[in-house]
Amino acid sequence: MDISRLKRRGNYEWELPVAGRMRVPGVIFASRELLEAMDEKVAEQVANVASLPGIVAASYAMPDAHWGYGFPIGGVAAFDPEDGGVVSAGGVGFDISCGVRTLRTGLTLADVAAHKARLADVLFARIPAGVGSTGSIRLDARNMEAMLKGGARWAVQAGYGSAADLEHIEEHGRVAGADPACVSELARRRQRDELGTLGSGNHYLEVQAVNEIFDSAAAHAYGLAAGDVVVSIHCGSRGLGHQIGTDYLREMVVAAPAAGIALPDRELACAPIRSELGQRYLGAMRAAINCALANRQILTHLAREAFAEVFPGVGLPLLYDVSHNTCKEELHLVAGRKRRLFVHRKGATRAFGPGHAELPREFAAVGQPVLIGGSMGTASYILAGAAGTGERAFGSACHGAGRAMSRHEATRRWNGRTLIDDLAARGILIRSPSWRGVAEEAPLAYKDVGAVVDASGHAGLAGKVARLAPLVCIKG
Amino acid sequence: MEWQTFAHEADVGVRGSGLTLADAFAGAATAMTSVICDPGRIADSEAVTIECAAPDVELLLVDWLNALIYEMATRRMLFSRFAVDIDGHHLTATAWGEPIDISRHQPAAEVKGASYCELAVGRQADGRWLAQCVVDV
Repeated sequence: MDISRLKRRGNYEWELPVAGRMRVPGVIFASRELLEAMDEKVAEQVANVASLPGIVAASYAMPDAHWGYGFPIGGVAAFDPEDGGVVSAGGVGFDISCGVRTLRTGLTLADVAAHKARLADVLFARIPAGVGSTGSIRLDARNMEAMLKGGARWAVQAGYGSAADLEHIEEHGRVAGADPACVSELARRRQRDELGTLGSGNHYLEVQAVNEIFDSAAAHAYGLAAGDVVVSIHCGSRGLGHQIGTDYLREMVVAAPAAGIALPDRELACAPIRSELGQRYLGAMRAAINCALANRQILTHLAREAFAEVFPGVGLPLLYDVSHNTCKEELHLVAGRKRRLFVHRKGATRAFGPGHAELPREFAAVGQPVLIGGSMGTASYILAGAAGTGERAFGSACHGAGRAMSRHEATRRWNGRTLIDDLAARGILIRSPSWRGVAEEAPLAYKDVGAVVDASGHAGLAGKVARLAPLVCIKG
Repeated sequence: MEWQTFAHEADVGVRGSGLTLADAFAGAATAMTSVICDPGRIADSEAVTIECAAPDVELLLVDWLNALIYEMATRRMLFSRFAVDIDGHHLTATAWGEPIDISRHQPAAEVKGASYCELAVGRQADGRWLAQCVVDV
């Protein structure tokens, strides 16, 4: 990216000044190196988002921002319904509430080392992964309604997990305001066989070891110590969310001109929050969030069964669950005034700082866990929401490394089978139904996640707590 | 009919071209299949009919690809051959393929949806038709 048109606000904060149709400035949180490596399209997309009606304060991009569709991946924007603000199906995307959850195992690296191959095989046998895989749960119409309204709470009531899990999920495992009546038959049909499946692409279940602690107070609050083994699950709302994104993008693209909205890019399809279409989308999108929370809860249950088979008696308490692609109604202090805003996070994580009322009591002093996904061979990180982040980017931080090259280029450079062997030689066991899928997700196809999390810390968004090294990866 | 994928930082672009608009749409569909697996590995033993209509040809391309994504997801099928007929902004088509066989097809990634990003449908200077957009994987 050409950074000459940006105003430097600090070492890790850059302003894209208001120009053209922008209503607010753009703000990109990144080191100079990360910023220079970003595609020009990121600035263009940040500016496009800044032109949408009712946007508040700024159009933000996180340190892992990259060229998305409509919004940049790593984009954050809040809209005020009192100012004609909009909700954007494009600003949430297809994989609604795609997210990460991390489970503690109570095991150490030494406990797991001798059983790693068996654990990998048992997990791979129990976790439905990859294109075309199906789950074992079929919901009738009544249970589908209950799942869409109840999220992880529904899953716990259905026997997948415990009530203690719910306190460690955003919105306590269930987002309010979901309206199953706004979810199309196509979306329900697409979900029929997909509950409790991992999906494909960059979705995974990974067994990881804590190999460095950066913040001992936060690590203590999160129950983490060096050498601990944890499990992280990255997946979303499966076919139901994808179809809701498809349905409402189409409807919002067609309806925008009549609503007086000039879209700089059709992918920014949106509708006024206070419109019939905007309200319907919110009802459906929240149902998809609940679907994602239920899905991750069921996968958690399957992971617990697999661990119990290999390590009898072990429990896997949930550390935390975060969502990446959402629009959430939140209260934020803007220029000294508390406002009820609709915060879009597209490939960005909610990262509430210490003392926030939404946090479980045991995290109140240190801030929300922010779970940053890795890429099979590299590290994952656990961060903590920083104090004051609410005023910086509506309580948001990065979500992952972001791709450094296209899938096509990755398959040109790497062979899946060789990659699996190379990683095995480094002690990382990969299980996947597709070698090509593994090649497309090669660790070096991703940017340096370390630089991204360092920038997040320096920018005051979320600070490093622990680094996790991969041991076993079930790749969709 | 020709097809190719093109680079997008997070996802993949799909592009079809041909002597007619219908050829370009068939090419874009083949390009989308190639995002999932090698189209040459998919037998054309089962036929599925698809119909859609849209306010303009660009939206029609997105609708066409999304209809295929829906059929792939709900029938657990992959498609390798397409016969497309377009009358104004109305499309009827037959897609031939077979049920997914994970070990034989080695599908790399499912396509979640066709987006409006890099969406373009039109006639090129050389008279050939082109149809393209980015799909989310």
